[in-house]
Amino acid sequence: MYSEKVMDHFANPRNVGEVEDANAVGQVGNAKCGDIMKISMKIEDDIIKDVKFKTFGCGAAVATSSMATELVKGKTVDEALKVTNKAVMEALDGLPAVKVHCSVLAEEAIGAAIQDYYQRNGIDKKVEKGCNGCCGSCDHHH
Amino acid sequence: MSKTTYYFDNAATTPVRKEVLDAMMPFFTENYGNASSIYEVGARSKNYINEARKIVSDAIGCYENELFFTASGSEADNWAIKGVAYSKKSKGNHIITSAIEHHAVLHTLEFLEKQGYEVTYLPVDEYGQISLDDLKNAIKDSTILITIMYANNEIGTIEPIKEIAKIAKEHNVIFHTDAVQAVGAVPINVHELGVDMLSLSGHKFNGPKGVGALYIKKGLRIDNLIHGGAQESNRRAGTENTPGIIGLAKAIELATTNLNEKIERVSKLRDYTIKEIEKRIPYCRLNGHRTDRLCGNVNFSFRFIEGESLLLMLDLKGVAASSGSACTSGSLDPSHVLLAIGLPHEIAHGSLRISIGYQNTKEEIDYLLDILPPIVERLRQMSPLYDEIKGDL
Repeated sequence: MYSEKVMDHFANPRNVGEVEDANAVGQVGNAKCGDIMKISMKIEDDIIKDVKFKTFGCGAAVATSSMATELVKGKTVDEALKVTNKAVMEALDGLPAVKVHCSVLAEEAIGAAIQDYYQRNGIDKKVEKGCNGCCGSCDHHH
Repeated sequence: MSKTTYYFDNAATTPVRKEVLDAMMPFFTENYGNASSIYEVGARSKNYINEARKIVSDAIGCYENELFFTASGSEADNWAIKGVAYSKKSKGNHIITSAIEHHAVLHTLEFLEKQGYEVTYLPVDEYGQISLDDLKNAIKDSTILITIMYANNEIGTIEPIKEIAKIAKEHNVIFHTDAVQAVGAVPINVHELGVDMLSLSGHKFNGPKGVGALYIKKGLRIDNLIHGGAQESNRRAGTENTPGIIGLAKAIELATTNLNEKIERVSKLRDYTIKEIEKRIPYCRLNGHRTDRLCGNVNFSFRFIEGESLLLMLDLKGVAASSGSACTSGSLDPSHVLLAIGLPHEIAHGSLRISIGYQNTKEEIDYLLDILPPIVERLRQMSPLYDEIKGDL
């Protein structure tokens, strides 16, 4: 059902935990739906120096969290915002159709953390992230 | 994926026993005849099918002319329900069931609802049992059928079938029970129970897949589901699945011989598993009834974690089990059974079903008990929900 890459990131997730002196924290999803992702980052000079995640969810939720943190680590904030759910999926060699929403959640979690960073630093920007309404690929009501 | 070496999903399906396979093999080759044919090799098949019917009938305590082979437990459920619905249409359109039935029953009833039938879904208590008072109150003049499972496939809870049958009889309503999980795990005598129809499935008790049976009480006429040839006394068309039928008969014979000894042995393993999990893993909850429970069923919810992750971690260690989480149900909602017993969504997502079969050993259970607590702990360490609770302590 899952690709080898997904299973690798599930069995050996990268960047699990919480960044101690984080200045960007985002949490998305809810327990009712069965997945929550929390991402914390340390951003210095506009660069994501460190990033970690905690996830309650299925194998795909864990793997997409892990991959998403890998993809944004060391990037600038703007570069990180360009990491889409598609990029996360491609990096994982694909996801089953019913799990696409997990990759969307990962993208949203990155966005939520950066939004938090903007707010903390008085930056007047709004992160437009994740799905803008229902794409029909999942049963979530965004 | 690792090779499955520890199989604890016997409620999903079971391995075919060697004796069963041996009994089936000649029916693929030398005993290939169509039982409807007049020549020797056909008549031979017919004789063997009749013998098989006798064995299965004896195993559940009915007459041979009350037992009809089907292609699955789902077909038996569909036939029982649609057969009554269509044949008793002039009498009424109301059917009573429970909220925790298998989808073979629930989705059949949803299909009938679209055709104008009215269905009452009886709620269950926190252990998964219906209330007999609720049942009595739900019966009305238009009620034509009560269909309630013998034992639940997820949480293993056994329903008060004999009492339900009594109530159905008093109100002159037909009673069907889906006993797919119960046959081979509970001693069953349909005449003593007083049920009008009962579904069973071969692969749940170490028989082959693709064969089941429906008991229909003598004198009860219901519409046919599969139309065609005159097989099964004109009631279920289709050339008989001779190897499957022979296999089902051998399997039920083996499963019901010394059944009480098997129940005692498997119950011991079950109770040991439950006791040890409760001892070794905090924040867990046993789902289902503690005593009115299938001998092989263990079902726990582990808080703060999600079931599919748990199954994948177990799979990496060669263990096969099952979960009622949304991610394993193919939808975003967790199991309807776990919600019906009152579990909040987030706790229902973290469920694990371990179903023990006759072939499982204590050593296998001990392996599971050794690897489960660290896996649960590892997933909890990864879970933001666990942080929140730790903060509260």
